[in-house]
Amino acid sequence: MDRIADTDTESFLIHEARILDERRWEDWLALFADDGWYWVPIEEGQKDPKQTVSLMYDDRRLLETRVRRLAAGKLHAQSPISRTTRTVANVTVENEDKGKTIVRSKFQMIEYRRDKQRLFGGTQWHSLSAIDGGFRINWKKVELVNCDSMMDGLSVPF
Amino acid sequence: MQAEPAPNPRELIQPGRVHRRAYNDPQIFEMEMERIFGRAWIYVGHESQIPNPGDFVSTRMGRRPMVMVRHSDGEIFVIHNQCAHRGAMVVAQDAGNTEEFVCCYHGWTYGTDGKLIRVPLQHGYPGHFNPDDPGTAMVKAPRVESYRGFVFASLAKDGPALTDFLGYMTTSFDDMIDRAPDGEIEIAGGVFKHAFDGNWKLYLENLCDAAHPLFVHQSSIEAAVEQDDEVHTDGAGEVAVRQMRQNGAPYKFWLEEVGIWTYPNGHSFLGDYHDDEKLVAAKRDPVFAEYIDTMEAKKGVGETQRILEVTRWNSNIYPNISFMSQFRQFRVVHPVSVNRTEVYNYSFRMKGAPEKMFEDTVAFSNVTNGTGSLVLTDDLETYSRIGIGVNAGGAEWIEVGRGYETDRPGENGGVEGKDSTSEVYIRNMYDAWLDYMSPGEDAS
Repeated sequence: MDRIADTDTESFLIHEARILDERRWEDWLALFADDGWYWVPIEEGQKDPKQTVSLMYDDRRLLETRVRRLAAGKLHAQSPISRTTRTVANVTVENEDKGKTIVRSKFQMIEYRRDKQRLFGGTQWHSLSAIDGGFRINWKKVELVNCDSMMDGLSVPF
Repeated sequence: MQAEPAPNPRELIQPGRVHRRAYNDPQIFEMEMERIFGRAWIYVGHESQIPNPGDFVSTRMGRRPMVMVRHSDGEIFVIHNQCAHRGAMVVAQDAGNTEEFVCCYHGWTYGTDGKLIRVPLQHGYPGHFNPDDPGTAMVKAPRVESYRGFVFASLAKDGPALTDFLGYMTTSFDDMIDRAPDGEIEIAGGVFKHAFDGNWKLYLENLCDAAHPLFVHQSSIEAAVEQDDEVHTDGAGEVAVRQMRQNGAPYKFWLEEVGIWTYPNGHSFLGDYHDDEKLVAAKRDPVFAEYIDTMEAKKGVGETQRILEVTRWNSNIYPNISFMSQFRQFRVVHPVSVNRTEVYNYSFRMKGAPEKMFEDTVAFSNVTNGTGSLVLTDDLETYSRIGIGVNAGGAEWIEVGRGYETDRPGENGGVEGKDSTSEVYIRNMYDAWLDYMSPGEDAS
């Protein structure tokens, strides 16, 4: 049976969702480890981000570039910006090993931009390390239920 | 309200400009579906997707759902994905292998050549019902031809052979295929499916547009230029950041080192933009060195040099594909409505090349053609803004005249721009557009 995560872990995920909704991109980047990565697969059950394309796959270097572009606020694809609202739930601990905790949760994100509202949802996985009374994200993987559907462009990370 | 009369396509084209109705008039769109997508050679898939008898993939020709399938004798058929009985889509899967296609509704069953082979409860149909009538089938596209594994179909019974239609552009396919040490490429690594609220023609009009990156991609260029190269990468970010920076090459580079060439039937390519030295982890990269060694061992030093000296960027095959050899990216444009377009972006793997090279292809695809890329998202936004803007009508005419007075005949037929920023390739597509839309009529 799934084991519900402790309140610190759940609080962290809620905190991350809030940072993203508030478009505090640099604060979001700061949650990641120096060799952290972020992945949104394009196929259900996709094994790896190296041999198959992904909706987003950023190593730390590319994640920094993505965040710098968003934070600069001059990009056409975010003029006007997207407003988002995220809900995180069903937070469970999947595995704990060598100080790294794998946390599984469900999320929904509503994105509104230029008269269009989109609903995204799925399962997200975080590998977290407890550091200095908080957490660092070693990696984050976002499995969208519609990962392989036809989509308009995705500018905002999940 | 009275419907506007259908416009005459000839009246929408003037030297160096196009009327906005070409982009927003539903009647023009319907004519395009019939006269262009109903006649031209349309790319439907690659043979690597259906290597064995019974293999099939769902595809499209214009708005029509089709199935590309390899028959038991090895022949490739492209058939309408529609039951001859009550019209249901028969094949619901994206891909698979089968001996026959069975309609979900009343069990009508078709062979992999589209022919009706079985009708359950047949006694109930009227006397004139003839299951052997070729119209009582999943109807075949009348013409199917391949060029080195790339499969095209035409809904017209008559027309030019595929190689005549492609003309000099066969050399762009050769460039992509010959780069594989084993001389073969295959679709691999998944597909991006992205959409925008704009006309289908905008996509190819952008893919050979050398004047847009400095403006459209300013946000990703600046973010990449400022990126610290000491920061951790597993390789993906390295390829991505390098590509985004290259988009920011100074304007002088676009004027002096890049070219644009156009050919009959609306085709074109942008050349000499990224050579391997600039992009493929450069020639000092150990994986690229291993690749060159493999190429030289299999093809010889001279032939390897000849192949790698071809430095084309995007090659557009009108009306709906655009591909690039260096990272083996292949986009297929599907019109949905006058102001809605879907694009499939495939990657190809070179047989016989080091595995790491395909990882670079994947990383490149993510950043350049990915639905969540830092680059493509600004292109999609631009198409959608054109989709809105052309409805304004403050200016009735859209300017495509850049370079008009300095274009010149090309070496291998066709017309080339004096420099890469000429819009000659758009005018060339409209020459083909008129040939399809208004064949044989004099300009008014």
